[in-house]
Amino acid sequence: MRLPVRKTYKLYIGGAFPRSESGRSYEIEGANVARASRKDVRDAVRAARGAVPKWSGLTAYNRGQVLYRVAEIMEGRRAQFVDLAESEDEVDSAIDRWVWYAGWADKLAQVLGSSNPVAGPYFNFTIPEPTGVVGIVAPEEPALTGLVSRLAPAVVGGNATVVVASERHPLAAVTLAEALATSDVPGGVVNILTGGKGELAPVLAAHMDVNAVDLTGVDDGREELERLAAENVKRVVRNGEGQSPWHAAAFLELKTVWHPIGV
Amino acid sequence: MAEVERRQDRSPVPSAFDYAAAPESREIVRLEERYGLFIGGEWVEPRSGEFQPTVSPRDEEPLAEVAYAGAADVDLAVTAAREAFDNGWSDLAPSERAKYLFRIARILQERSREFAVLESLDGGKPIRESRDVDLPLAAAHFFYYAGWADKLEYAFPNRRPRPVGVAGQIIPWNFPLLMLSWKIAPALAAGNTVVLKPAETTPLTALLFCDVLRQAELPSGTVNIVTGDGRAGAELVEHPDVDKIAFTGSTEVGKEIQRSVAGTGKKLTLELGGKAANIIFDDAPLDGAVEGIVNGIYFNQGHVCCAGSRLFVQESIYEQAIAKLKRRMGTLRVGDPLDKNTDVGAINSQQQLERINELVATGEEEGAEIYQPPCRLPEKGWWFPPTVFTNVAQSYRIAQEEIFGPVLSVLTFRTPDEAVEKANNTPYGLSAGVWTEKGSRILSMAQRLRAGVIWANTYNRFDPASPFGGYKESGFGREGGLHGLEPYLEFDE
Repeated sequence: MRLPVRKTYKLYIGGAFPRSESGRSYEIEGANVARASRKDVRDAVRAARGAVPKWSGLTAYNRGQVLYRVAEIMEGRRAQFVDLAESEDEVDSAIDRWVWYAGWADKLAQVLGSSNPVAGPYFNFTIPEPTGVVGIVAPEEPALTGLVSRLAPAVVGGNATVVVASERHPLAAVTLAEALATSDVPGGVVNILTGGKGELAPVLAAHMDVNAVDLTGVDDGREELERLAAENVKRVVRNGEGQSPWHAAAFLELKTVWHPIGV
Repeated sequence: MAEVERRQDRSPVPSAFDYAAAPESREIVRLEERYGLFIGGEWVEPRSGEFQPTVSPRDEEPLAEVAYAGAADVDLAVTAAREAFDNGWSDLAPSERAKYLFRIARILQERSREFAVLESLDGGKPIRESRDVDLPLAAAHFFYYAGWADKLEYAFPNRRPRPVGVAGQIIPWNFPLLMLSWKIAPALAAGNTVVLKPAETTPLTALLFCDVLRQAELPSGTVNIVTGDGRAGAELVEHPDVDKIAFTGSTEVGKEIQRSVAGTGKKLTLELGGKAANIIFDDAPLDGAVEGIVNGIYFNQGHVCCAGSRLFVQESIYEQAIAKLKRRMGTLRVGDPLDKNTDVGAINSQQQLERINELVATGEEEGAEIYQPPCRLPEKGWWFPPTVFTNVAQSYRIAQEEIFGPVLSVLTFRTPDEAVEKANNTPYGLSAGVWTEKGSRILSMAQRLRAGVIWANTYNRFDPASPFGGYKESGFGREGGLHGLEPYLEFDE
C-alpha cells in the first residue's frame, strides 16, 4: 500500500507560497492551513501595490486573455476543485464566471465611460480606471464560487487584490491560488491569505495603502470595518452577489479629461 | 507681507493705471431681517430657537439673521421629505418631474442677477464670477438633469432604476448656489426628495432659492432647506430615515461622515479636498499657460477644492514662467466683490483667513520664498492678496495641505516621470492640469495622473454634462453627467 503524499496549504503572496511569518497554522478540512498574521497582510498589500502598474498597464484585450486562461487552467484541474467544492455545479459556475468576466475586460470602458457634450469648445471624455489595491473578505460559503465572484470583478478592471479566504473552507482558495500561479496572472495581482477573519479583516480595512474593500464575506463586525475603512476614504462594497459589470465598476474610478478644441 | 498696503482712503483718486470703481447695484436684492427654516413648503421657526447673523465678508456687515437648526428641526425636515416622497413625488410621471426642473432652470436664468449679487454679498466672490460662472452653471445644471428625469431607463438599461428615497445633502461655502444645484438637480431628477443644509457662512442664496421653488410650484416638502452649523449637518447624517448622504466639503469632515454612516446601509458620496498639480512642460505656450495657472489658483480666491495649488514647472522654463506669472499677478485687482472689475474678492470668513495666515506662516518658516504683488486691500472685511511661494520642498505643509486660499506653491521637475511621481505624491486626487503642445504626452500624462478630472491646456472648466469627483482621499462618487445620476438611484442586481 502506498501512503498518499499530502499537500501543504500555504499563503499566496506576490506569486510565491510562503507560510505565515507568524509560524502559525490551524486545523481545518483535514489539513493544517496557514494562519496569516497582521504582518502577512502588510506583505500582501505591498505585493499587491507593486503589481498594480504592470497589471493596470496591460491592454484590456490582454487582461481578458489572462482571465480566460485562468478558466482554462481551472478546467484542467477540475477534479481537484470538485473535491473541495459543494457540488460539480459550483465548480462549473466558478469556471464560467472567469470566462464571463474575461469577456468584459475590453468592454467595460465602452459601457462605463462616456463622451460628454459640454457647452464650449472642448473635447471631454470619461473613462474608468482601476482604483488600485482592493481588499476582499471572501464569503464563507460557497467557498470557491463566492471567492471567484468577488475576485474576478476586482481584477478584470486592472486592480490588484488581497483576499481573506473563507475561514471554515480555506482549501478551495489555496487550490485556486495554485491555479492562478500556473496561469498568466502576474504575481502580486492576487494575494490570498487564510486564517482568522476576525483577525485579518480589520487590518485590511484599516490599511492606508488599500483603496477599496469588499466586505461581502463579513458576518460579524461589519460596522467597525466600515468605520476603519473611512480612515483613508476607502471605497466600500457591502454586498455583491451574482455577476454584473457593476460589480467591476465598484472598483473603478472615473476620470474625466478636458481639452480645448481649436486651431 | 510687507508689500501689502492697507487701503486708507475708501475712494482713492484713480491714477492712470487704476480702474474707476464699477459697483454692481445691490438694490436688486431684498433681504428679510431674519430667516426661519424652509420645511414642508413653509417657513417655520426653528424649534432650537437659535438664530445667528450671516455677515458679508467684504465689510463684515450683518446681512440677516438665520435659523440654526437643531435635532428636532432636522427631524421635522426629514419627515416632510419622507411624506413628500411617499405621497406623490415618487409616483409623479417622470415627464412631469422633468418639467418642474425645467421651470427651476428658467426661473434661475430669469432671476440670475439677483442671485449673483446676493452670492457675492454673502460669500465674497467677485460679481464677475458669480454672474458669469456660478449662475449660468447652476441654471444649466437644472436644465441638464431636467432632461434626464424621464429617460433614466436609457441611462441605465436593464437595471430598473428607481429613486433611493430621502437624500440628505450638505454643501460648502465656496460655490453656494452652484453646489446646491449640483446636489438638488440630480436628486430630484432621479425621483428623490431632499433635505439640504447650506454652509454656515453662506446660507442666503439657498434661502432665496426657496422662493424659486415657490414660483415653480414644486410640491411641498420635495425640497427642504435647513440652515445651521456642523451640528445640523451631523443630525442630518445620523437621521435614521435618510437614505442617501451627499457631502461636499473637507476631507476631515468627510471621514467623520463616512464613519458615522458605517453599518447603516445608507448610500454615500463624498466630494472632498484637493491639492491639485498644475504641470507645465517646456513646450507649452507660456502666455496661455500662465493664464491657466492664474485661473487655476486665484479663481474664487482659491476657495476651490480643485484649485491648481501646486504648480510644477519644467526646470528649463522656470525663470521665464515665474517672471511672467509675477507680472500677471501684479495686474490682478483685489477688492470689493461687488465691483465689476474685481478679479479676487474677499476671503469667505474670519476663520478661513486665519487658516490661510497660519499655513502661509509655515511656508515662510519652513524656508519657502514668498511673493505678493503690491496691492491695496480695503480697510474692513477679510482679505488676502494673491500669493506665490517659490523654493518649495514637497515636504512643506504648503505643498501637502489644502490651503483653500489664493496661495500657490511652485515646485520644479525635469522629466515627465518626475512630474508624475511628484504630482501623485499626495493623499488627494481630485484634479490636475497639464500644459504641453505634444498630443501623445497629454494623453500619457492624463493616463498616469491619479485624479478624477484632468484639464489639459485649460483649467477650472465645469459643465453639467461632465462628471466631477475624486480619487483617493478626495472622495468617491461623481457629480455631473450621466454618472452623477447613479448615486441617487437603486437598481436591480
